[in-house]
Amino acid sequence: MTRVVLYCNQFFGGIGGEDKADLPPRLTEQVVGPGRAYRAVLGDRAEVVATVICGDNYFAENIEAATREVKDLIAPYRPDLLFAGPAFNAGRYGIACGAVCKMARTELQIPAVTGMYEENPGLDLYRKDIYIVKTGDNARSMADVVKRMTTLGQRLLAGDRIGRPDDEGYYSRGLLANEVANRTGAERVVDMLMHKIRGEAFESEVLAPAYDRVAPAAVLRDIRSAKIALVTDGGLVPKGNPDKIEVATATRYGRYDIAAKDTLDPADYEVNHGGYDSRLVRQDPNRLVPVDVMRELEREGVIGALHDWFYSTTGLTCIVEVMKGLGKKIAESLKAEGVSGVILTST
Amino acid sequence: MVGSSRIIPAQKIVSPLGNSALGPEDEKALRRSLVKKALAALQTELEGQKVFF
Repeated sequence: MTRVVLYCNQFFGGIGGEDKADLPPRLTEQVVGPGRAYRAVLGDRAEVVATVICGDNYFAENIEAATREVKDLIAPYRPDLLFAGPAFNAGRYGIACGAVCKMARTELQIPAVTGMYEENPGLDLYRKDIYIVKTGDNARSMADVVKRMTTLGQRLLAGDRIGRPDDEGYYSRGLLANEVANRTGAERVVDMLMHKIRGEAFESEVLAPAYDRVAPAAVLRDIRSAKIALVTDGGLVPKGNPDKIEVATATRYGRYDIAAKDTLDPADYEVNHGGYDSRLVRQDPNRLVPVDVMRELEREGVIGALHDWFYSTTGLTCIVEVMKGLGKKIAESLKAEGVSGVILTST
Repeated sequence: MVGSSRIIPAQKIVSPLGNSALGPEDEKALRRSLVKKALAALQTELEGQKVFF
């Protein structure tokens, strides 16, 4: 018999509304709220062994701690499968459901499924990590959503191959899966084009990347006391490329000492980048990483200081997710080194 | 660059902060003006993405 654990908020758990939103996680072996719908669908194939109920504010304000507390409550029940929500369009609840499912998957190593409306903020936070079933924006469709979540959960538990998001009713996780097609790429693409020309629906096999919108960094108030760093994706490295940064599709960056330098001497540097003709930069690396004029501006007091290191990687055919990770590491490192502004030069 | 908010159009892809057609003094002056533009951009309040021409 499959052992199922559920997660729901204080409202669906029947404890109360916003006045109970600060409630810490608690566990009950009673079947409450959505549990009745799950039990109806599961029938005698599975048993709901426990339900964790937690206040939405409590969870959203202490995501890491709350996730740990939920884990500690449910782990002794040795669940095979976890369902959270569905959260519909409830934002804090959606975030909690996402976090609990991710924990179940990565820490308890069991399948977990939740359900959300397309505008729920929990969706973008967790869609890559977990299966999130599509729902409407309110609880009227509870029975149908629970049925679809249960079906998906049991298929995951059975190790079935899960099909495309649109066919299975969950949100795309951004994964690519190989499929055997009975028509060639040329036939399929002409078919898509004809559909497009006729104004009919078609589905591309290659999704255009969706880039984040990044909020601009806060304005620099006092440049005369600011430490400014130079960062580049133009692949400038000391001779010998000590960090072995890749010539394309980089996964690494380097950090190089310029504390004693008034300028970058071409004898000391090379360019490790397969995407542009680097002769001019090799002739004079200041054309990419302007140490010479930054040092002058530092002496003149225009800026507080030029940072002692410049950072470099190779921005060529890169994977945005990987570069996001590098960017985050570089930014954390710069912050720890007391840098308050960055000039990023790109080829 | 993906996600950049403060953007300064520079010289050339192969030589963003330089122009080899100029003499060394003029080239450095050009680089200095581009860097000063970047410093000014860092001090400019923004709501979205902006190109500083």
